Amino acid sequence: MLQHILPIARYTLLEALRNRLLWLALTLVAAGLALTAFLQQVAITESNQIQVALLAAVLRVGAVFMIASFVVTGMVREFNDKVTELILSRPLRRGSYFFGKLAGYAAVALMLALISSMPLILFAPASRVALWGLSLACELLIVASVSLFCVLSLAQVISALAAVAGFYLLARTIGALQIIAANPLSDGTALSQQFINFAVDAIAFLLPGLDRMTQTGWLIHGAPAAAEVTGVLAQTAVYLLLMCGASLFDLQRKNF
Amino acid sequence: MRDERPLSHVSAPVLALLAAGLALQIGLHYLTPAPQAKADDLPLPPSTSMLRVASLGEPIALAKVLMLHLQAFDYQSGSKMPYKDLDYTRLEAWLARILELDPAGQYPLLAAARLYAEVPQEAKQRSMMDFIYRQYFIDPNRRWPWLAHATFLAKHRLKDMGLARKYASTIEKYTTAKDVPPWATSMEIFILEDMNELEAARIMIGGLLASGKINDRAELSFLNQRLLEIEERLKRGDGKKG
Repeated sequence: MLQHILPIARYTLLEALRNRLLWLALTLVAAGLALTAFLQQVAITESNQIQVALLAAVLRVGAVFMIASFVVTGMVREFNDKVTELILSRPLRRGSYFFGKLAGYAAVALMLALISSMPLILFAPASRVALWGLSLACELLIVASVSLFCVLSLAQVISALAAVAGFYLLARTIGALQIIAANPLSDGTALSQQFINFAVDAIAFLLPGLDRMTQTGWLIHGAPAAAEVTGVLAQTAVYLLLMCGASLFDLQRKNF
Repeated sequence: MRDERPLSHVSAPVLALLAAGLALQIGLHYLTPAPQAKADDLPLPPSTSMLRVASLGEPIALAKVLMLHLQAFDYQSGSKMPYKDLDYTRLEAWLARILELDPAGQYPLLAAARLYAEVPQEAKQRSMMDFIYRQYFIDPNRRWPWLAHATFLAKHRLKDMGLARKYASTIEKYTTAKDVPPWATSMEIFILEDMNELEAARIMIGGLLASGKINDRAELSFLNQRLLEIEERLKRGDGKKG
């Protein structure tokens, strides 16, 4: 199986290099540095904190956007060019194709996380940046796996990207939504309120806790506790497992 | 309709993987403590210009979301003393920012008057009432109901008649809209009465009746009755002169 997975992963990685994705990531780093340097000049106090907070936020969102759009557009291009059908016509399992693509995208995610973390060393202690970068890598792995699942199911650029964007926004805000839903000022025992609470909690059960990952506060106020880091790693492992199951389920039912 | 193979084409290991992933995700979520907005988590708000940038051209929508998020801080359903641990300086800053994003919105002032000013801590009550008082001047014709509520709180909760009179006279002086009910602009009279400032109350009622602003017959009759009662009390030598 590995003999099939590794070449597919290698070609996926090669595609990222030829698409100049890494150059784009470096350009984003340069633009982020320039923007935050400008804002640092304007700030009266906490200028270093402003710089690191904004740079981290820009790089995090930029990396998520890049990995999601790279996975979705790359897969749709393969569908349209019949590359997927060509590969699957060879004597290899669909699972090998899926894990090959996932491994390639995971490698791209790790590179993006590394590129995004490096400039932060200029403004924050290396140990904190390392943990932030590790968490970003986990977040990008989750986004890559969700993007792969969405594009395998929807097979269209716009709908898959919209689904990934919706997933990401919801996963980042679900904690706040749960708090708002759980503390109504009006009658909390009303049937409609209970139904809303149930629906929000049910959605939260199926989403990864991205709001607890890659926090800017780790760079500014202090490194996360070991339990937080373990939680991030556990969440990543579990969600990758879930997305692998869901994607393979869809892929095995697909007729090419 | 999607061109799909039947479910029987899905191999058992994939079904097992999917089931295991789902079970683990639910289990992990179950083990993670539910998110809760504690009072000490309320940070200082960003500047209004930063919030405007973050709103992506939708400041009113952002103001509404921020208000819903803000009210969840330190509020526990069933708690006897919600908001007691909130830092009111930060809270005021958030309310002011939300009002700057959506000046026509009433929610922040309603929350200030009905939620945050009703905590059983006098200093916090006073600071929130002062916030309402300052905000009133920005748009008196729209924001008078909240200062009227603050007047009520000052009179009945704090028993601070001087403060109540200050708020009531401010409403009377600066609220000019035609749709404001007369009781709102004549609250000062009753506060003066309660303060035993009968002469001043008599002059105010007389002035109000003479101004022609009161058109409702029942209200005219009520004010006339109060005027007679005050004059009666003055004849008996009650009240402070002037």
